[in-house]
Amino acid sequence: MASHGITDKVAIVGMGCTRFAEHWDKGLDDLIVDAATETFASAGITKDDVDAYWLGTAQSGMSGITLARPLQLQGKPVTRVENYCTTGSEALRAAAYAVASGAYDVAMAVGAEKVKDSGYQGLNAVPVPNDGTARTLTAAAMFSMVAPAYAAKYGVDEDELAQVLARISWKNHQNGAKNPRAQFTKPVSIETICASPRVAGRLGVFDCAGVADGAAAAIVVRAEDAERYTDRPLFIKALSFAAGSGSGLIDPGYDYTHFPECATAAADAYAQAGITDPLHQLAMAEVHDCFTPTELVLMEDLGFAERGTAYKEVAAGTFDLDGTLPVNPDGGLKSFGHPVGASGLRMVFEAWLQLRGEATPERQITSTSSLALTHNLGGYPGEMVSFVSIVGTEVG
Amino acid sequence: MRGIVSIAGYVPHHRLDRAEVAAFHRTDGGRGTRAVAGHDEDTTTMGVESARLALRSAPGAPPSTLWFATATPAYLDKTNAATVHAALGLPAATGAYDFGGALRSATGALGAALDGSGTVAVVAADVRDGLPSSADERAGGDAAATVVVADGSDDRPVLAELVGRASVTDEFVDRWRTPGDRRSRTWEERFGETRYVPLGAQAFAAALASAGRDAGDVNRVAVTGMHARAVRALGRRLALPAGVLADDLSATVGQAGAAQPLLEMAALVEAAAPGDVVAVVHLADGADALVFRVTEARAGWHPARPVADQVAVGAPLPYATFLAWRGMLTPEPPRRPEPARVSASAAWRSEAWKFRFVGSEDRTSGAIHLPPARVSMDGGAVDDMVPVERADTVATVATYTVDRLAYSPSPPIVFAVLDFDGGGRFPVELTDVDADRVQIGDRVEMTFRRLFTADGIHDYFWKATPVRTRSGS
Repeated sequence: MASHGITDKVAIVGMGCTRFAEHWDKGLDDLIVDAATETFASAGITKDDVDAYWLGTAQSGMSGITLARPLQLQGKPVTRVENYCTTGSEALRAAAYAVASGAYDVAMAVGAEKVKDSGYQGLNAVPVPNDGTARTLTAAAMFSMVAPAYAAKYGVDEDELAQVLARISWKNHQNGAKNPRAQFTKPVSIETICASPRVAGRLGVFDCAGVADGAAAAIVVRAEDAERYTDRPLFIKALSFAAGSGSGLIDPGYDYTHFPECATAAADAYAQAGITDPLHQLAMAEVHDCFTPTELVLMEDLGFAERGTAYKEVAAGTFDLDGTLPVNPDGGLKSFGHPVGASGLRMVFEAWLQLRGEATPERQITSTSSLALTHNLGGYPGEMVSFVSIVGTEVG
Repeated sequence: MRGIVSIAGYVPHHRLDRAEVAAFHRTDGGRGTRAVAGHDEDTTTMGVESARLALRSAPGAPPSTLWFATATPAYLDKTNAATVHAALGLPAATGAYDFGGALRSATGALGAALDGSGTVAVVAADVRDGLPSSADERAGGDAAATVVVADGSDDRPVLAELVGRASVTDEFVDRWRTPGDRRSRTWEERFGETRYVPLGAQAFAAALASAGRDAGDVNRVAVTGMHARAVRALGRRLALPAGVLADDLSATVGQAGAAQPLLEMAALVEAAAPGDVVAVVHLADGADALVFRVTEARAGWHPARPVADQVAVGAPLPYATFLAWRGMLTPEPPRRPEPARVSASAAWRSEAWKFRFVGSEDRTSGAIHLPPARVSMDGGAVDDMVPVERADTVATVATYTVDRLAYSPSPPIVFAVLDFDGGGRFPVELTDVDADRVQIGDRVEMTFRRLFTADGIHDYFWKATPVRTRSGS
């Protein structure tokens, strides 16, 4: 088994991202056109300059036509990909590998989701005909089982842990408040977070990601071609992906305090990028904070904290915007919002802004590091897919 | 000797307090409780639960035929007994038939089984109610019972031998419900009483005569029927010695229609000593009387969960919840999509899993897969699994949550990750449980339930429920 990576072979030379919001006045096509137009302009090219397209959308449309029709792409290879909430990251992987293989010179990854036309709260899976024995829990309920398990395993008082989780939400709302593209742009107090109505287990509304419509996109080229498009490209240092077998759901050994798929993806990415101390070697990380316990556990799975210590680091502000490693400086899923197929590319978009010094001044990170990590997961504890990317401004 | 080789009742967990109903409607009276099926129960699932109990306490008596009787079937046209058959894991060669429609169908089925041959499991269940504030709503009850009838043998002795039986039939309109109607209607009750009391007395006398016994030989007699006034009047008319007339369960369970005579029979046999003579008289469009002699085998038979114990551990159900469960009150549903109908072909392919909760065990690693798998999660062996039964295995709650957002016919969903004794983990919904009292380490057992109905197709599967003892859960 080998994972060789494509370190420094591919560069991102243009990106765009819509505001994530309840876009009642925009359909999927509008979101795609908006994100794509910004991205083409960012790279200084037109749609005809792109040789191949990948669209990530979880359930807003089927097939590559969902992208080809709104952009009026004629005769291009256009493919739709889906992989739960890592759908946007999968579009980037496909485009990057296509360029790295030499098959195409210029490829585009678009992630888009129109969530708010369903008429329901939260995210809803499209039903596949089945035998009626599958569980019908919400993602919130599945992830809510992490908090009590973590508290029990590490001897943390559940009320103390609830405060730590609230602080994660508070931090991400603080960051989102500094980001005009975020769904929620007002800070939220710890008291408000703790008093929010319960959704599942002890998780309240403010422990859950925002549900929004949006789109984001990236254009990738071979690294040696990057400077034709921009003087500040982002080089792909690592792309990794791990799908679990789903056995965590039926394996009595699984204890709901970690996500092995994420740890596997992180280890692979760090090996590709030569990272040994992510907490200090990264300038920032965008992680999949679908629910507050998810971000807590990810700090350990991604190696930012030792097992059983993330709650202390969160409380100490290690992952705040001015902490040792800013996590979710753009507000994360929590306050930036989570249009499923767009989120993976939105995370890379924040790395694009931050590493190029283009974030809004109040959230711009100053770091000696030129590396950023994005982590994107899909599924549930025990049944998960996980993506990690590392991008940087330097080759080598 | 032909007779009953095993018997069990099933009384659902929920109890509606009649005083609460009376207070709500500002009417007088309202004593005792009635049993209420969970929102995820119907006559089929309750029938399954009673049959599981009956077969568990007589493992040597697999039925060769299964008969299911109810006046409130989950399906018409489609055989409900086939669902019971699947949930019990009976062989394909075991016939399964419904005796449908009338309140007399279960006693008729039992009589036919006693007259017939082979081992016959007679399963009866009923769900009774009426419009809010009606007598049927108060007096009705939900319950099931299963009687296994066979020729006795050394390893499967008869517990209760049929010694006498009589039936009288009379055509008159006392209670009726046309197909499609949500509720039953009744004639002025005095008329029915004047018919039922003599019919019941006649049947009882004829049954005793056929047994060659007189009323003084009978230790316990139960009278059942949906005409409460006639049931009480017949009890007086029979002029039995003190203590012989059995509790008709109307103060606790209510009258569970077609199932009530079999439920009473279970309670009588469970409470009887060897040599006792017990009788049941059921009033429905005539009267059926059955007289049994409890045999010496009773001493060696241990009911899995006696009716009296089930009656004792019920939990109160608010009237508003009862009305919602019965479709008499429509609360705002969760703002989530309702589930799509179950795929018939997918459900058929997974019959052992869906209806019997049978997983698979990797023969090499011993890893247990719930649901069954072809490729092992431990070692990767392919197609080297054996079936592993878990429906009758107790499990422990490893962790749990309460989902206040997900769709459920009765939110919230209480959900737990279960570790089964002997191996195997499965995350599944809990039922008949107080969401605020679930704890890690709770002991639970599996119960057959109806998860939802879409496009008229009922989705049957298993949930877990706390292991309850007579002293509480």
